[in-house]
Amino acid sequence: MVVPKICGLETEYGITHRGAEESNPITASSLLINAYLAGLQHAPGSPMARVEWDFEDEMPGRDARGIGGGDIVYEPETHLVNAVLTNGSRYYVDHAHPEISGPECADARSAVLWDRAADVIAQRSMLAARALLPGGQELVVYKNNSDGKGNSYGCHENYLMDRATPFGRIVHGATAHFVTRQIFCGAGKVGSEAPGTERFVVPFQISQRADFFEEEVGLETTLKRPIVNTRDEPHADPRLYRRLHVIVGDANLSEVATFLKVGTTALVLALVEQDLFPDDLCLAAPVQAIRLVSCDLSLSRPLRLADGATATALDIQWDLLERCGKYCDNFGTEAVGGDVAADVLERWESVLTELESDPLAPSSTVDWVAKYRLLDAYRERFACRWSDSRLQALDLQYHDLRPERSIADRLGLQRLVDPNEVAWAVENPPTDTRAYFRGRCLQHFGSDVVAANWDSVVFDLGGDTLRRVPMMEPARGTRRHVARLFEECPTPADLLGRLQQ
Amino acid sequence: MAERERIQKSSRSDSDPEPALEAPETSRTGERLKAELDDLLDEIDEVLETNAEEFVNSYIQKGGQ
Repeated sequence: MVVPKICGLETEYGITHRGAEESNPITASSLLINAYLAGLQHAPGSPMARVEWDFEDEMPGRDARGIGGGDIVYEPETHLVNAVLTNGSRYYVDHAHPEISGPECADARSAVLWDRAADVIAQRSMLAARALLPGGQELVVYKNNSDGKGNSYGCHENYLMDRATPFGRIVHGATAHFVTRQIFCGAGKVGSEAPGTERFVVPFQISQRADFFEEEVGLETTLKRPIVNTRDEPHADPRLYRRLHVIVGDANLSEVATFLKVGTTALVLALVEQDLFPDDLCLAAPVQAIRLVSCDLSLSRPLRLADGATATALDIQWDLLERCGKYCDNFGTEAVGGDVAADVLERWESVLTELESDPLAPSSTVDWVAKYRLLDAYRERFACRWSDSRLQALDLQYHDLRPERSIADRLGLQRLVDPNEVAWAVENPPTDTRAYFRGRCLQHFGSDVVAANWDSVVFDLGGDTLRRVPMMEPARGTRRHVARLFEECPTPADLLGRLQQ
Repeated sequence: MAERERIQKSSRSDSDPEPALEAPETSRTGERLKAELDDLLDEIDEVLETNAEEFVNSYIQKGGQ
C-alpha cells in the first residue's frame, strides 16, 4: 500500500568563527543557536517560551533489518542546546554542527519552503550572534556538505513509508535512484576527497557527498556511510509505518534542485511500495557507480547493471520518470503530493531534456552546473589551475549564507517560493501534517509546554504529573483537524480536556 | 531493458527533427549566460575572500554525520 509521502529535510550546516584567536565548533554552534533563541524570547509580543526537545523514544540505533542487524548504542547529547520552534522544526547542536530539522511536509513544494525558512533562521542567527560577539568577530554558516579535507556533514531526508513494504525491496529501488539522481541534485565540488585518491584526481565533480559512501546498506552515518541507511526509528506508529532516513544527498541552494530531490524520491518510493519498481534496474556495483556518476560531467558513462546490461545515469532517470508518470496516471497523485506531483514530473522531464542536450544547460536550476560554469569561467579569465585556492574559496562561498558573501545568490537561480512566504514559514508550521499541531501548541500555549518531539507534546499544567499528547499519526493534527480546537480552547487545560473526549 | 531502449530512442528522436531551431536558441542562451558570468567576474573581488588560501586552509569541519 502506498502511504502519503510525508517528508522532511534536516540540514547540518558548516560553521566558522571568524576573527577569534581560538574557536571550538560546539561552542560556536551553541552560541549561534542560543543567540537566535534569546532574540525570540525578547521579541515584543513573542509567545515563545523556550521549549526543549524531548528525548523520550529516541532510538537512532535500531536497525530496519531486524534482529541481528547489529544495533548501535547512541548516547543522545542532552546537555547541548536543543529547541523546538513554532514552525514545527527542531534547532540544535548535532555533534559539532548547528542543525535544523524541518517540520513534516506533505509535498516537495512545502519541503522547499521550510528548507528556505531554515536558511533564513540560520541567517538571523548569524546576525543575532554578531550582536553578542566582540567587534571584528562573527559566526558564519555554510550550507554545504564537505570541507574539502575529507570531512563531511549531511543534509538528510525522511520519507514516510508503509511498514508492510519489505526493506529489501526499498533498498533495491532506492539505490538506483540515489546513485543517479545526483545528475540534477548534486551541489558540485572542486576535486576529490575519496579515501586513497589524490586531491585533484578529478578537477570538479557533481556531488559533494559521493566520495564519502563506502557501503550499499547499513546503520552508520558518520563513518563507512551506506547509500541506503537502515535506521529504524519511525517517529510514528511502528506497526503501520517506517521512516526512510536518506543520508546520501547534498544540501541544495537551488530551490528547483531541492524540489526535484524530494519530489522524485517520493515518487520513486511510491513506485516501490506499489511493487512497480523494475527488477532489471539493479546496479551491479552501486558504491563504485555513485562515484563514477559524480565524476562524469559528460553524463555519458555506462553503468553496469546486475543483469549484465549497461545504462547511463540519464537512461535510468528517463526510465524512472516514465514509470512514475504511469504510476500517477494509474493510481492518482493523492499519496505523492497531489497537484505538486504533476509539477515534479514536468520539471523532472525538463531537467533531463536539458541535461541530455547539454550537461551544462540547466544553469539556473542545477547547483553543480551553476557552480561549475562560474568556476570554469573564472579559471579561464584568470588562467589558473583547478587546484588554485581561489577556486576552492569560490566553491565554499557558493554555500555561504551571508547575503553579502553568497555566490549562489549572484548566479540567477530560479526561485519557487517568494521571500514573504518564507518569512511566514519561519514562524508558522505547515498546515497539512501533524507539524501544525506541534507549532500551534507552541504558539498558543508555549509557556505551558515543557518539551516536544516528533511524535508528542508534553504539557505542565501545574499538577503532579506532566501530560503527554501523543501524535503517532503524521497525517493527523492538521489545520483541517484541529484549527477549530485551538479557536475554542482558551487554555491548555481546555485543549487537553477536549482531546481526551 | 526493452523499455529503457525505447525511452532512450524516443527522447533522442524528439529533438532530431528540429536541430536547426534548437541550436540558435541554445547558443543565444549560452551567450547571455556568458555575458552574465563576465559581469559577475568583473566584480568578483568584492565578494571573494581576500586571502583565499588562508580561508580555504582554515575551513575545517569535523564531527559531521
